[in-house]
Amino acid sequence: MEKTWNNKAWFLVLPVVVLVAFSAVIPLMTVVNYSVQDTFGNNEFFWAGTDWFSEMLQSDRFWDALFRNLIFSFTVLAIQIPLGIFIALNMPKHGIGVPVCLVLMALPLLIPWNVVGTIWQVFGRVDIGFLGHYLRVLGVDYNYTQDPIDAWATVIIMDVWHWTSLVVLLCYAGLVSIPDAYYQAAKIDGASRWSVFRYIQLPKMKRVLLIAVLLRFMDSFMIYTEPFVVTGGGPGNSTTFLSIDLVKMAIGQFDLGPAAAMSIIYFLIILLLSWIFYTVMTSHDAQS
Amino acid sequence: MARITLDHIRHAYGPKPSSEKDYALKEVHHEWEHGGAYALLGPSGCGKTTLLNIISGLLTPSEGKILFDGADVTGRSTEERNIAQVFQFPVIYDTMTVYQNLAFPLRNRKVPEADVDSRVREILEMIDLSDWANRKARGLTADQKQKISLGRGLVRKDVNAILFDEPLTVIDPHMKWVLRSQLKRLHRQFGFTMVYVTHDQTEALTFADKVVVMYEGEIVQIGTPVELFERPRHTFVGYFIGSPGMNFLPAKLAGATVTVGRHKIPLERAPTVAANAKVEFGIRPEFVRLGREGFPIQVLKVEDVGRQKIVRTNFEGHLLTAIVSEDAEIPAEPHVTFKQSAINIYADSWRAETEG
Repeated sequence: MEKTWNNKAWFLVLPVVVLVAFSAVIPLMTVVNYSVQDTFGNNEFFWAGTDWFSEMLQSDRFWDALFRNLIFSFTVLAIQIPLGIFIALNMPKHGIGVPVCLVLMALPLLIPWNVVGTIWQVFGRVDIGFLGHYLRVLGVDYNYTQDPIDAWATVIIMDVWHWTSLVVLLCYAGLVSIPDAYYQAAKIDGASRWSVFRYIQLPKMKRVLLIAVLLRFMDSFMIYTEPFVVTGGGPGNSTTFLSIDLVKMAIGQFDLGPAAAMSIIYFLIILLLSWIFYTVMTSHDAQS
Repeated sequence: MARITLDHIRHAYGPKPSSEKDYALKEVHHEWEHGGAYALLGPSGCGKTTLLNIISGLLTPSEGKILFDGADVTGRSTEERNIAQVFQFPVIYDTMTVYQNLAFPLRNRKVPEADVDSRVREILEMIDLSDWANRKARGLTADQKQKISLGRGLVRKDVNAILFDEPLTVIDPHMKWVLRSQLKRLHRQFGFTMVYVTHDQTEALTFADKVVVMYEGEIVQIGTPVELFERPRHTFVGYFIGSPGMNFLPAKLAGATVTVGRHKIPLERAPTVAANAKVEFGIRPEFVRLGREGFPIQVLKVEDVGRQKIVRTNFEGHLLTAIVSEDAEIPAEPHVTFKQSAINIYADSWRAETEG
């Protein structure tokens, strides 16, 4: 049979192509453009090749920020994922408790990020903040503006407060999709509470957990607003994560070339780590 | 395996049942023999799953006691009762292999690993899944998964009973026959007490020694397939069992003669019926004979269902269905006769006993 060639269908994808071009490709290419050139203003550019990249990869400042960011991401993942699962397992399945819990859980997610930062900034202040003041009263020497450990603790607890709900809601959605017959069968088979979790609940939550881990990793790795509002990256550089450092470099110092190179490296790291997470977590599916 | 005694059991899902209507399960008082195969048959919402869950211990009855071999187990949990249950949808542990699935109930009970192995291999043989032992259970077909669910029940030697809750619902029609006959064979071989819930009469009749017919929360009849066919105790059993169901015609009774419309039909024996009861004349379509003699009828419709013809007729203003063989002629002026021994008389929907 004669095959009909009709390329008009390409016009149908044109809107998407235009949208993606303006939202992703063109901005990204602008950054690429900056990263390989040097400028002294007046819109004059000089070819710099890979200079900015090698400078970036050799700078301690970059590696320190990356290291802090990785520690931060893995810490919040290590807290939020188990805690989210635990809360989801203990949420009510029937009755009036369900909507109440869901709304309470969703609340932190609805608050704008800089407001979250402001809340915790005030909450933790030693002079007027509830947390800061009463920790002092209890004899804890707490001051997030001066002590790096206190600053880290504040930022991590804030992130846990802000984002654990997301993990809870995703896990809960996975849990309620398990038919009762599974629990009844497990009872009949004499399964322990742990076995029920390990062999019924966890496998059924696996897909949503994968999404939760990916989202939480990407978000925490790109975190900017909340620590910027609370600690501004301090004390010293102790809570300066990659994005805070990037903004300082690009807008504070106006070093466009190095900042662009850093952006690209930053982007590639997120892409790579997300890909690794995804591959590792889905490899079990492929095995069977 | 055990004898199961249901001692005056009633169940209501609401907190305070005040009238008979509040009970999802009306009084059940019966004893099920050790090693029997029972089918609970009835339409959706008749209480059969409620009764099953009471036996398995997933539900505690509002009233009454349940005994296994004479021991009261009403307050005991499902695992303490030592029963197995196969659900409507196959329940398997996705992440485990077929072997691990079968070993799971034994390992949970801390059975020595050597015994687990020999027992699991035995069961794999029984349910024809030996070649699949090391495959992940997730990739199997619905009927294989259902066999695993069954296997997890069989693997424990000491189970008191195996309960089935419409286990063939999600199985392909051609596999239903295969699974059912395998189940039947296993039952004959090992003689466990089986309770099988279904709304499919073919399944119930081919599978069970005794069929328990339920209707609106009540057991209306417990009997062998033949008893249900020949002597339905309740009009519901009459039309639920059989395809098409039994004919019921309003009638009047005088001694050993029943009157339908203008016609008097003699009975073998006189039934005992209360004075004001609503009397019905019941006859299975299989025992309605079409011919040139007897009572005149009008043929409304003939349905050819292959080896037989189903003839819908008008008899004294009521619908009367007859089954005739494929090659039978339907005469121009059709008449019917009824096989006398197959006539049942019903008073207020319950079958009237005959004297003597």
